[in-house]
Amino acid sequence: MACVSFAKLNAASSQWIGGQQSFAQRPGPSTRLATRRVSVPIRAGAYTDELIQTAKAIASPGRGILAIDESNATCGKRLSSIGLDNTEPNRQAYRQLLLTTPGLGEYISGAILFEETLYQSTTDGKKFVDCLREQKIVPGIKVDKGLVPLPGSNNESWCQGLDGLSSRSAEYYKQGARFAKWRTVVSIPCGPSALAVKEAAWGLARYAAISQDNGLVPIVEPEILLDGDHPIERTLEVAEKVWAEVFYYLAENNVIFEGILLKPSMVTPGAEHKEKASPDTIAKYTLTMLRRRVPPAVPGIMFLSGGQSEVEATLNLNAMNQSPNPWHVSFSYARALQNTVLKTWQGRPESVEAAQKALLVRAKANSLAQLGKYSAEGESEEAKKGMFVKGYTY
Amino acid sequence: MASASATLLKSSPILDKSEWVKGQNLRQPAVSVVRCHPTAPSALTVRASSYADELIKTAKTIASPGRGILAMDESNATCGKRLASIGLENTEANRQAYRTLLVSAPGLGEYISGAILFEETLYQSTTDGKKMVDVLVEQNIVPGIKVDKGLVPLPGSNNESWCQGLDGLSSRTAAYYQQGARFAKWRTVVSIPNGPSALAVKEAAWGLARYAAISQDSGLVPIVEPEILLDGEHGIDRTFEVAKKVWAEVFFYLAENNVMFEGILLKPSMVTPGAECKDKATPQQVADYTLKLLHRRIPPAVPGIMFLSGGQSEVEATLNLNAMNQSPNPWHVSFSYARALQNTCLKTWGGRPENVKAAQEVLLVRAKANSLAQLGKYTGEGESEEAKKGMFVKGYVY
Repeated sequence: MACVSFAKLNAASSQWIGGQQSFAQRPGPSTRLATRRVSVPIRAGAYTDELIQTAKAIASPGRGILAIDESNATCGKRLSSIGLDNTEPNRQAYRQLLLTTPGLGEYISGAILFEETLYQSTTDGKKFVDCLREQKIVPGIKVDKGLVPLPGSNNESWCQGLDGLSSRSAEYYKQGARFAKWRTVVSIPCGPSALAVKEAAWGLARYAAISQDNGLVPIVEPEILLDGDHPIERTLEVAEKVWAEVFYYLAENNVIFEGILLKPSMVTPGAEHKEKASPDTIAKYTLTMLRRRVPPAVPGIMFLSGGQSEVEATLNLNAMNQSPNPWHVSFSYARALQNTVLKTWQGRPESVEAAQKALLVRAKANSLAQLGKYSAEGESEEAKKGMFVKGYTY
Repeated sequence: MASASATLLKSSPILDKSEWVKGQNLRQPAVSVVRCHPTAPSALTVRASSYADELIKTAKTIASPGRGILAMDESNATCGKRLASIGLENTEANRQAYRTLLVSAPGLGEYISGAILFEETLYQSTTDGKKMVDVLVEQNIVPGIKVDKGLVPLPGSNNESWCQGLDGLSSRTAAYYQQGARFAKWRTVVSIPNGPSALAVKEAAWGLARYAAISQDSGLVPIVEPEILLDGEHGIDRTFEVAKKVWAEVFFYLAENNVMFEGILLKPSMVTPGAECKDKATPQQVADYTLKLLHRRIPPAVPGIMFLSGGQSEVEATLNLNAMNQSPNPWHVSFSYARALQNTCLKTWGGRPENVKAAQEVLLVRAKANSLAQLGKYTGEGESEEAKKGMFVKGYVY
């Protein structure tokens, strides 16, 4: 009788499915089962209604997410690319440029911040979270603690951050954040190994449950890296495996699907694959994947751009929105929204207005793409430049 | 060096359930610099079954607007119970007569898109000497076949059951395809009063996934049916909890077995209170809970969800289905009813040839009612008392 434990079990995942049973004795032909039952519906969290409302607000038609949660080190790379030092004032100046862009809230429904930014203010002393709220942009916060090597894998990574996550999330909620983000990665050239996929999915599920417990809508982001020379079919195969596992563990952790958002990578060939794929092909494969893996309870799917050019990212999103989808299909772009902005700014105060205009151009383009109404006419050359960096790390 | 979690199995690029997510060789993780050399990646998407296109088409056809499935796959023993209830002996001739009555009902194909048969019926002819499958096809009804081999006790569980049938399933399904079947059905059960135990749920889900993969390999659209039995005094919240767990596991294993979701159909039980629960639920409540379950667990690639009636009265089953179709759903939400379509028909026939026509008309009445319910347009007007009688039998066994 190896399979059944006789322990008294809690209402969590154990030998019994929910409820509570005490398994008084081995069942014989006429054994009556111990009957004290406690019926436990899915973890009715204190924040359930708010989570659902927040997720819906972010997944609103014609809007998407501006991802500006670069860690200080990564932000440093951005700043140095335009000749600026990686200082707090410079990071503050750059984020201020972005977050005070007039009219941003027409196209942007949420902004993901790095911890430093969540607690920062403008040079006038106004809290960034307040600037965002006034623009009807929901503030979000990156909560993971980055990627480190995964022992026993094939040189793959795992994402840290569960330790102390509950208290951290509670603090972020107090500071004004209403959604969280956790980015883990999966590498096709390195396998991926079943271990790496399982760890990625499990970490996401645990993080999502803790986030919801603390009132933050979790953005679930298992990024399947662009690196590799594999064809699009292989990406589809891996993506289907990854998302099957993610959803299975989310369910196991009793995460409320109406209160999450997804941040997948689009299904494309690897960056070094000889054949490029058209936006229509990418849309077809990506939508196939979504239809096979994402239950309609999930309100929004906010794609990452991951090295695509600004125009590519917009074209691909547009192709996915040519007919109605059972979920809001939108964007959560960092580089694909910021690239031209950064180059336009160059760190010069007199260029702030032009840079903000450039941000609106990109935000509006993606807004139109979310509605399936984008056309690439009039796009600049800069916007078409690919941004793939082999072995890119945040 | 083999660390516990990553074996050094060279996995072939062909779909192999091993440590790799398909198609890759694993190099020694102990070496400090591990270069990954992918083998020629398999271009297979899911398991490109040679029947992929046909499966998708068949599933879509069955899941067509205003239509559902007539389940008439009662085993000989169970059919015997039906016949006995109208005073008939359980002979092949009587079973043949009854099934002839059902499949020959004129105009049935307007409301019925598929009919599930028992093996005997698949190979039978009508009393006029015409093959049952041919009669069905002429009626525009897709013939289906029950392929499981029934429930038996599950060792190590809490008096629960598991569904047999995987042995030889591949050759059986191939033979059924040749005989004209185009979809299959496998019914396993989950019992809330008995737990359910994690073991029973896992076995149910895994069996369904294996059966589904084998069916698709042989050209049959698998109907995936984990019936959460009505027995019990639990409330609707408990049913909801269990259903969520069951379907999460089912879909995870379906994916693991590379089943093509566009080529399956589901046959869930609706989310209702247990039969002995003191609180009854209205059709609206049943619809709300059931749709919530579907939204949380069913990816839109699945073309059709064909509910079982499981002991509800004919009218209940229709009302509940209707309530679920009051606004558009991302999948076809319909019926696969046995008792809830046949009950009044059987009683009307009573085994007498002069009643065949009346019985067939009654069948059409029920079929049409459920067709309207599929379209969200059913009103309960004019329903007979017979149709409203509940059919729950405690500890009911097929």
